[in-house]
Amino acid sequence: MAVMLDPAVLDRLMPMHLRVDAEGVVTGAGPTLRKVLAPRGVAGQPFFGLFHIRRPTGIGSMQRLRRHAGDRLRLTLCAPPGTGFRGLALPDAAGGMIVNLSFGIALADAVRDHGLTDADFAPTDLAMELLYLAEAKTAVMDELRDLNRRLQGAKTAAEEQALTDTLTGLRNRRAMDRVMAGLIAAGTPFGLMHIDLDYFKQVNDSFGHAAGDHVLQQVAQVLTSETRAGDTVARVGGDEFVVILPGLVDAVRIQSVARRVIERLSAPIAWEGQECRVSASAGITLSTAYPRPQPDRMLSDADHALYASKHAGRAQVTLHRV
Amino acid sequence: MHGLVNRSVQSFLRDTYGAGLWSVIARDLGMGADGFEAMMRYDDALTDALLAAAARRLDRPRETILEDIGTYLVSHPNHERLRRLLRFGGVGFIDFLHSLDELPDRGRLAVPDLDLPALELMDAAPGQFRLVCREGFPGIGHLIVGVLRAMADDYGALVLLDHAEDGPGQEVVTIHLLDTRFAAGRRFDLAGGA
Repeated sequence: MAVMLDPAVLDRLMPMHLRVDAEGVVTGAGPTLRKVLAPRGVAGQPFFGLFHIRRPTGIGSMQRLRRHAGDRLRLTLCAPPGTGFRGLALPDAAGGMIVNLSFGIALADAVRDHGLTDADFAPTDLAMELLYLAEAKTAVMDELRDLNRRLQGAKTAAEEQALTDTLTGLRNRRAMDRVMAGLIAAGTPFGLMHIDLDYFKQVNDSFGHAAGDHVLQQVAQVLTSETRAGDTVARVGGDEFVVILPGLVDAVRIQSVARRVIERLSAPIAWEGQECRVSASAGITLSTAYPRPQPDRMLSDADHALYASKHAGRAQVTLHRV
Repeated sequence: MHGLVNRSVQSFLRDTYGAGLWSVIARDLGMGADGFEAMMRYDDALTDALLAAAARRLDRPRETILEDIGTYLVSHPNHERLRRLLRFGGVGFIDFLHSLDELPDRGRLAVPDLDLPALELMDAAPGQFRLVCREGFPGIGHLIVGVLRAMADDYGALVLLDHAEDGPGQEVVTIHLLDTRFAAGRRFDLAGGA
């Protein structure tokens, strides 16, 4: 297995090869390797002073290297920056060896550290493709990162603009504010009902949050079925709900709606074979009670009426009186 | 069409003519000023509509706009990356020309669902080449003329370029290479990128 080629031919075929004589002295190197080793020069240097063979281990002499002829070698430069190589050594006709090297996976670092150009690689070498791929990958990753950032921003914006409470499917506080502002602007009279669940905390504490969520969803269903299509039912806090009823400003009728809701909410709710028991208290105010209705004022009055219901022993309905 | 294509046209319009013109064209297309996402696919008809809207608003023929886009993609600082990726094709301009056959494969290596036009380089006479473009959108040859003009500049080569239709769905760019070392060209530092 002897290689015999003119050094000039070897230089063209393998710009990263070394010619080492039988004593381990480098007699020549391909142009790219000469560039890499430029500060110290190559010819006349001991091979094992220039390179450290890491794998297989224990190769520190020509005798040992010859034993690994044809094996895959991993080497590093002894001098900084300790560039890594992979290589292959084969005996030549004169008792020395030809060692051909490439940069392997650390190619990009090697190119930077040694100021290599595209002309330094053999046309058959895939080094350029590897560098191309690394850059293309980075470019695509950056695009995707940008896309993710924009999508995240859009998601946040969408959430901020959302009008729906995601757990119950009811409207949220923002939607409620809009509806109320719209009714006031249009001069449409409406009733406002503030409902707060009783014993909800106990459900959460004894059965867990999943049970609590289930109860809230059931409550939402009751509120929706007990109100008209044009009414707005909003979840405005953990277990707080507001119902806006356009045109319903008859104190007797709205209180009977509230009582029916409370009655239905007082029925046990099944959850995984268990029964969750809650109830509700309500406070009501009517826009017709104010010369110039204001949302904040009405909400605060309904809230006060609600607390009056709680004090009166829960499951009660209280109408705010101006 | 791959979003990268539409997004490139969008960047060209925005970088060259300003955000104002872009938002007008975006409105023409019925889309927000954010425009296209690079990593999504769009209907081909939308790319046509985009180019038509640009031609109408700029009052310039579609062909010259496409050629300008080609030049812009290689020479604008915002697209230094693309220039670099193209420069990986060859050590010199001729080498680069011969690498164009591989362009669709190179494109796919970077973005697997990117369909670049099939290009075939043919030697016509010493210093003269014919680049046949297939499977691109109509007018792709003009964009390639712009790319080649900018790449010749990048390599420091002096070229004459000519575009011709060559039957249905096929366009030919004639390249007359006058001097490969006309100017110093731009530096290509292998380690400059990633």
